[in-house]
Amino acid sequence: MARSSIVRSASRALVWLGVIFAILIGGNALAVVNEEGSWTPKLALDLQGGTQIILEPRLAEGQSVSEEQLAQAVAIIRQRVDASGVAEAEVTTQGGQNIVVSIPGEPDQATLERIRSSAKLEFRPVLVTDIAVFDPAAEPVEVPEDAEEGAIEPANASDLAWITPQLDAEYQNLNCMVLDTSGANVADPTKPLVTCSADGGFKYILGPVEVGGESISDATAGLIPGPTGVSTNEWGVFIEFDATGTEQFRDVTERLIALPGVQNQFAIVLDGRVISAPRTLAAITDGRPQISGSFTQESAQVLGDQLKFGALPIGFQVQSSETITATLGLSQLQSGLIAGLIGLILVVVYSLFQYRLLGLVTVFSLTVAFVLSYFVITYLSNAQGYRLSLAGVAGLIVAIGITADSFIVFFERIRDELRDGRTLESSIQAAWKRAFRTILASDAVSFIAAVVLYVLAVGNVRGFAFTLGVTTVVDLIIVALFTHPLIQLLGRTRFFASGHRLSGLDPKALGAVYRGRAKFRDSDEVSAIAKSKSGREAKRRQSIAERKAQEDAGMTSGGAQ
Amino acid sequence: MSMLTRFGNDLYTGARSFDFVGRRVLWYLVGAGLVLAAIVITTLRGGFVFGIEFRGGSEFRVSNPSAVVEQVATDTVNELVGAGSNPRVSIVGGDSIRVQTEQLTTEETELLRAELATDYDVPVNEVTSSFIGATWGQDITVQALRALAVFLVLVSLVMAAYFRTWKMSLAAMTALIHDLAITAGVYGVLGFEITPAAVIGFLTILGYSLYDTVVVFDKVRENTSEDGEESARTFAESVNLAVNQTLVRSINTSVVAVLPVAGILFIGSLLLGAGTLRDIALALFIGIIAGTYSTIFIAAPMYVHLRENEPEAKKQGRRREQVQRPASGAVR
Repeated sequence: MARSSIVRSASRALVWLGVIFAILIGGNALAVVNEEGSWTPKLALDLQGGTQIILEPRLAEGQSVSEEQLAQAVAIIRQRVDASGVAEAEVTTQGGQNIVVSIPGEPDQATLERIRSSAKLEFRPVLVTDIAVFDPAAEPVEVPEDAEEGAIEPANASDLAWITPQLDAEYQNLNCMVLDTSGANVADPTKPLVTCSADGGFKYILGPVEVGGESISDATAGLIPGPTGVSTNEWGVFIEFDATGTEQFRDVTERLIALPGVQNQFAIVLDGRVISAPRTLAAITDGRPQISGSFTQESAQVLGDQLKFGALPIGFQVQSSETITATLGLSQLQSGLIAGLIGLILVVVYSLFQYRLLGLVTVFSLTVAFVLSYFVITYLSNAQGYRLSLAGVAGLIVAIGITADSFIVFFERIRDELRDGRTLESSIQAAWKRAFRTILASDAVSFIAAVVLYVLAVGNVRGFAFTLGVTTVVDLIIVALFTHPLIQLLGRTRFFASGHRLSGLDPKALGAVYRGRAKFRDSDEVSAIAKSKSGREAKRRQSIAERKAQEDAGMTSGGAQ
Repeated sequence: MSMLTRFGNDLYTGARSFDFVGRRVLWYLVGAGLVLAAIVITTLRGGFVFGIEFRGGSEFRVSNPSAVVEQVATDTVNELVGAGSNPRVSIVGGDSIRVQTEQLTTEETELLRAELATDYDVPVNEVTSSFIGATWGQDITVQALRALAVFLVLVSLVMAAYFRTWKMSLAAMTALIHDLAITAGVYGVLGFEITPAAVIGFLTILGYSLYDTVVVFDKVRENTSEDGEESARTFAESVNLAVNQTLVRSINTSVVAVLPVAGILFIGSLLLGAGTLRDIALALFIGIIAGTYSTIFIAAPMYVHLRENEPEAKKQGRRREQVQRPASGAVR
């Protein structure tokens, strides 16, 4: 590589690094200006405290919560909270019936809704519907006595025979303004249901559940495509059923097409309220229906997440929502940082001792890596809701080691190449090629760990995986776009190129053996056979034959198999 | 130049060489011994001690205390339940104290309630108690283990593809199990509580151990593949040389990685006593050392063990025997 091209490639790398910094700082500035962004990362529950929400089950008279139901609810709520960002919430049970959710910061209404609502989804056929008008002055329709035995058995879920006189009376008396859906979770799926639409505008008598939310295998939010395939501005939730659900759904829709009037409608019931009741225009055979019904982007996403993770086995209501202080507090963080700083100073001393002025490159690189990590974390904190916990801080401190390792691998490679008698410039070039390969392979392992743990794990583990992923990527960026170009440029200075004693790259000190005009001894050849422990310099200057003779004489130290 | 530089030179050329591969039976025995000791002593001690985040515990709430400070509760619990019980104390809603401790018996609960009431100067009925479940519940553990299994399989496959042999994957995984067993063993043997912070520490070690092994194996791959059949070195010698050549890197890296952790562990613990930082730093301190050690003393020798009887590998180094024969004869 020509000299000028080295400078060019080095400067190009540094410019790229500058671009990355500019994007991060710019993005961050934008977040600060637009929303409640900040120049410092947000801290997690353990360091900063947050809000403790106690959820109390909504139980009908005489009902109780089982341990399994509670454990299941905790797992589902945790997944829901996780899905809203990397906030490391704490979810636990209290007194065998309440659920305590602690989240950093102040939760808004949407977050509370996301956590609390049970998200029990049912598909029921519509039997009767009407505009809900409730006249408080009107005499309530009298509920008749038990229907006579032997009423006609309904043939299917759409059969109007489901409507008994009692049900009809209940329907007539229904006041959508005061509809209490606490019973919705326990509503018998094999019985018809009297309920209202979510906005209270319509009331319904619905048939038994045809397809339940448990048959949903996936749910995502998105814009609903119009008839021409162009997406409209309407948000909806796209559902994917498993095999059973697909089959059930096909059977139902095939039956409903043929039915007249409102019986053609299919009610989508969420937590006991009808969120929409579309007409059945075609049989849905692929098991991928979509739900529409006055969603905003946010509410569609919340419902999508809720459906994906499943319905809570019981409904909950917020008993209390109070601020809570940190369990560890900033003193822990400060002491940790002080201790880490002392460790870092030791790292600097050690690097300078080991690599002389080259050690300064390590120090600079680590500093740049730290600043980059800081901005990445701050940016993700603003954009993704990432929160830095004490475990995260510890992860960052360990990252010092892994990041420094990349430099060490690179430096040792340069020294190896120098030992083989190359010039500094070609040493750097050859060393980079090999070192980068090693760095890529080892970072790939860390990155796979980060991605797999992030995608599959929940709770604290996810936060850890996030930190690991960030530091791994930062490591790669720094070594490729900062350390390498810096070394390339330094390698051209007289100080380093001449192999100054203090440069850390002195070929003589590195034992490069001069063999005559511009030719150094190939050290591979030497190392191949030199296994003897005694004597170093003298040994290395022996002829190969001498050495062999010695080995045969039984002076080998072992190792040959 | 520092001694380590000269040391590095000698290791690189082979003028000085440590026989990591040749004495592998010894290293295997040492490793197996340590792992066995970790398991046996931990079992004899009655298994791991898990923190309240895993087991759940008791919760107390002091309403409207005379002074809304956390320290009083910490001291009270430490006094009553025993030092090092590490209660989690926080202020809820600005006017009450929440104290979480390990699970207490009914008598202990009543005692602590009374004590907290006295110390905070409130009537006993202002101190409520209840049981809390685990914040790190079964579901997190199950999910984390599943993720771990997927990760290990995936990394084994990636390593096998990158190094073109599954034997390196196997050797690396063995070293990994060794590291995790020893790190967890330290907690088991010393009876330290396993907290979520410690688990995060174990996970970090998992990554570090594999990372370290990949770096050294990359040099091994380079040496063994470059040598080929024509080499004068046997396969074992090639691997041993690679380990020696990366020895200075291994020492430097582990020193650099361990220094900040040691800072947290020793200085931080002195400043703070037991806590999240100590939990995580201890796991990291032991794990980083074990990770570096096991790459050199277990992963590399094991790789040789797995490979050296392959016909390909056997061919390596034959040439030397042929070359050597005349050397020992009279013709020169």
